[in-house]
Formats: sequence, C-alpha cells, structure tokens
Amino acid sequence: MHIMEGFLPPMWALFWFVMSIPVVAYGLVQLNKLVKEKPETKSLLAVAGAFAFVLSALKLPSVTGSCSHPTGTGLGAICFGPAITSVLATVVLLYQALFLAHGGLTTLGANIFSMGIVGPVVAYVVFKACKKANIGLMPAVFLAAALGDWATYVTTSVQLAVAFPTALGGTFASFKIFATIFAVTQVPLAIAEGIVTALIVNYISQVRVDVLEQLKVIVSSKAVSTS
Amino acid sequence: MNWKLTLIMLTLLALLYQPVCLAEEEEVWGGADGLAEDKITEIAPDYEPWFSPIWEPPSGEIESLLFSTQAAIGALIIGYFFGYSKAKKQEKNN
Repeated sequence: MHIMEGFLPPMWALFWFVMSIPVVAYGLVQLNKLVKEKPETKSLLAVAGAFAFVLSALKLPSVTGSCSHPTGTGLGAICFGPAITSVLATVVLLYQALFLAHGGLTTLGANIFSMGIVGPVVAYVVFKACKKANIGLMPAVFLAAALGDWATYVTTSVQLAVAFPTALGGTFASFKIFATIFAVTQVPLAIAEGIVTALIVNYISQVRVDVLEQLKVIVSSKAVSTS
Repeated sequence: MNWKLTLIMLTLLALLYQPVCLAEEEEVWGGADGLAEDKITEIAPDYEPWFSPIWEPPSGEIESLLFSTQAAIGALIIGYFFGYSKAKKQEKNN
C-alpha cells in the first residue's frame, strides 16, 4: 500500500496531507490526554505500536504471485480508536520512508490516510458493530482487523486511480487496474491479519484484562472465557 | 479451550499459505508496490517522479536487515509486555 516516493503528482500529494494532518494532530492531543488520565494503558499503547511495526515489516506472498504486507493497525484501532492509531501508523510510515525507501516523504500524507486513517476507522466501526451484535470478542476482532486491513489497500487503489486515470476508461478503469494489484492480493493477507490480531487480543485478555476493560474493549471480565 | 482455539487459528493460517508454498510455476513474488509503480508508468508514460528518496538502502541485503530490525523492535516490545504481565499476574495469584 506504500505509494512510492514522488509517485503522486504534487497536487495530490498536498491534498492527502491536508486530509491527514488534522486527524494525526487530533490523535496527538488524544494520545497526550490518554497517557495523562490513564497511565496504566501506556504499556498496551506500546504493544499496539509494536504490533504495527512487526506486521508491516512482514512482506508475505499472496496467491496472486506478488508480495504485500499486513498493516497491524487493527489492534490499535480496537483498543484506542482511529485517531490515536493514526499517530502510531505515522511513526511506522516515517521509519519506512526514511530508512527503507519504502513509501516516501511526499507520499506520506496519502499513505497515512490509507493505513493510518481509513483502515483504523473501518476496523473501529466494524468492531463496534460486532460488539453490538454480540458475536463474541474473537470473531469481532477478526472481522475488524481483516476488513480494516483490506480497506487500507482499497484506499490505496482509489488514491492511485484518481491521480492516474487511464486515457480511455478514466478513473474507474484505472481503479480496476490498481485494485487488481492491491485489493485482490490483499484478501489472504487480510484474513491472516485478522487471525493474528484475534490471537494477540485473546492473549492480552488473559494477562491484562483490566486494561481492556478500562478502554471499554471488553464490557466485564465475565464476558471473557477464562481458562 | 484457548489452546484449542489457538491451534485452530494457526491451522487456518497454514492452510492459507499452503497454495503459495506448493505453487509449482516460477512466480516472481515481487512487491505489490513495485507492480503499482509499473502500472503508473504504463498508464502515464510521461509521468516523471518529482522527488526521490533522500536515502536508499545500498543493497537488498541491507534493506532486509532494516526490515528485520523493524520487526525485531516490535517483537521485543510485545514479548516484554507479555512476559512482564504474565509474571505480574502469577505474583498476584500467589
């Protein structure tokens, strides 16, 4: 989902920065508030950031014959909401842009928008809806993380399509081309990300259920099966 | 119960990757990001990237070193958290 350095026309690069900066700024405010008001959530915050670090470093092969990577932002979105997660994603994307020439500084705004904002928002909304539907913690986490991951890659396809419409078919034909690369490749990876995120949330619920309750991820400890 | 669930999920993960591992034809397994780059040049042949990375890993090996460093940093933090929390919980139970 990394749009390479310089591969968005300046106009679009600027546009995605304008879209992303307010969210990240709001996330920073929220992050400060959270650390001050609930300092005991700090360790889980570190884990959510670390999880995105690990997962976005793993480039996995997909059935389509190309490699892509999960985003790891589902965990943060479920625990802390999309705004704070956008800050975590920004850290990851900056690391990759500076040290790996993966993504870039000019395309940072666009990449933050897909991985740090749209993906986490989708994961957050799906998780809330699943919680209401009462389908259980693990299935809810799975669906939220998988759909959030996938939404990130659909967003990248849209971003490239609007910047590079084809001469004949326009934006829509272009979207089909990029979606074939990103969205289709991502399906098995999104499922994998859903599974891994569900596993880690399950484990967190075993060792630190208090933090999950405080963040209102879990309603009461009775709702969690204890082993 | 949780052990079983974990096992089921790990099996699912393995199944997900089975077709990839058993693929017989020589696939490229290149990065999707790179494929998108190729498509951009195809759609807009006149497009010139107007900015290039300030620094690029000098070789593929160094790039994979930095990628593993990224994963290692993350894994270290996650491992520390779980070890610490588990020990703390046991302490409390005793």
